[in-house]
Amino acid sequence: MPGPFACFIWFIGFLCQAAVLVCALKKGAFRRYLLLNLYMAGLIAVDLGRYKILSEYGQGSTQYLYFYYYSDAILTIFLYFALCTLYSHVFSEMNAERYVKMGALLLLGGTAIFTYAVVQQSTAKLVTHFAAELSQNLYFVGVVLTYVLWGAILKLRETRTRLIQLVLSLGVYFSLLAANYAIRNLYPSLSSVFIPLVQIFGTFLPLAWAYAFWRLPEEARLVPSRLAVIPR
Amino acid sequence: MMAAIILVCSVVFLLQFFVSYSRSLIAASIKHPLSAEVQDVTGIKTSAKGEDFARVVQLLHLCPDRPEDRSGIQAIGAYFGLLGFVRSSVARLVPSLLAWTETERGQCTYFAAVTLERRIAFSRDMFAQQLEG
Repeated sequence: MPGPFACFIWFIGFLCQAAVLVCALKKGAFRRYLLLNLYMAGLIAVDLGRYKILSEYGQGSTQYLYFYYYSDAILTIFLYFALCTLYSHVFSEMNAERYVKMGALLLLGGTAIFTYAVVQQSTAKLVTHFAAELSQNLYFVGVVLTYVLWGAILKLRETRTRLIQLVLSLGVYFSLLAANYAIRNLYPSLSSVFIPLVQIFGTFLPLAWAYAFWRLPEEARLVPSRLAVIPR
Repeated sequence: MMAAIILVCSVVFLLQFFVSYSRSLIAASIKHPLSAEVQDVTGIKTSAKGEDFARVVQLLHLCPDRPEDRSGIQAIGAYFGLLGFVRSSVARLVPSLLAWTETERGQCTYFAAVTLERRIAFSRDMFAQQLEG
């Protein structure tokens, strides 16, 4: 079993994920941001599954290892599609939903093919290796896509505060994880320090989304150009 | 090589997202007027100053918090730290940056004061509910 600190972080993360769903339901934002909320529900289900397998087989078991990487890959794909729904929100007035869906599927397919091309040399545990590698690559694709979306928000002068905060918090989360994986690939000896950080980073997104759903009404507006690092 | 490029890009994007996210939190709270009571407690009468941030955060820790409020104050705390770093390093060479960091630090303090006001209201509600129960 993991240590008390890891258990504490896990519990906080679990509470925050539940808080997102409660806040979204109470503030009537559940259906509007359906995929984001379903992702949170998925996180809760996966956390419970991980806990069950952890308590039955232990942290070093192959069962836990497989469940961890496969569930992580599925959740990352889910989050990727959740990001695409944010694109649909931003481009809603342009009726670009079909193009967003098509582009998202093409990019996902491209990332999967690229990942397969990279991992196909490793004959042992090819599928597990593919799942782990796909998650890492999707985090970086997520960073770039969120950055493009943020650019579109600034360009189109999108003013919905809640939507802006959802996008920016997702950008922070994707960049934290992409940077974490990159450091671990560059310096494998530092993995013992950076692997536990994933769990801590994991609490950021639910906390930020719970805040956005609870504190910000859908009608709240702000001027996005004031938020840019380089003033426009 | 690929990992190094990903790392550099991620860190640059992270900084941009983080600064914009923190500023969006501040922008959403800046229109909220402080009550006379919180003005008295924090000493913020007209405009908030960066030096008061630590004191207001100390006051914040005296009130029971809520999970959905936690991310905001933690993010602003980290943003305040980043501004402090910029102020003591790069801003020494660029005077206009010094004024900008000071304004931003003041707005961080104002955000903390608004959070304090919300926590006081939350504590009052809880106390009232206990009395009714």
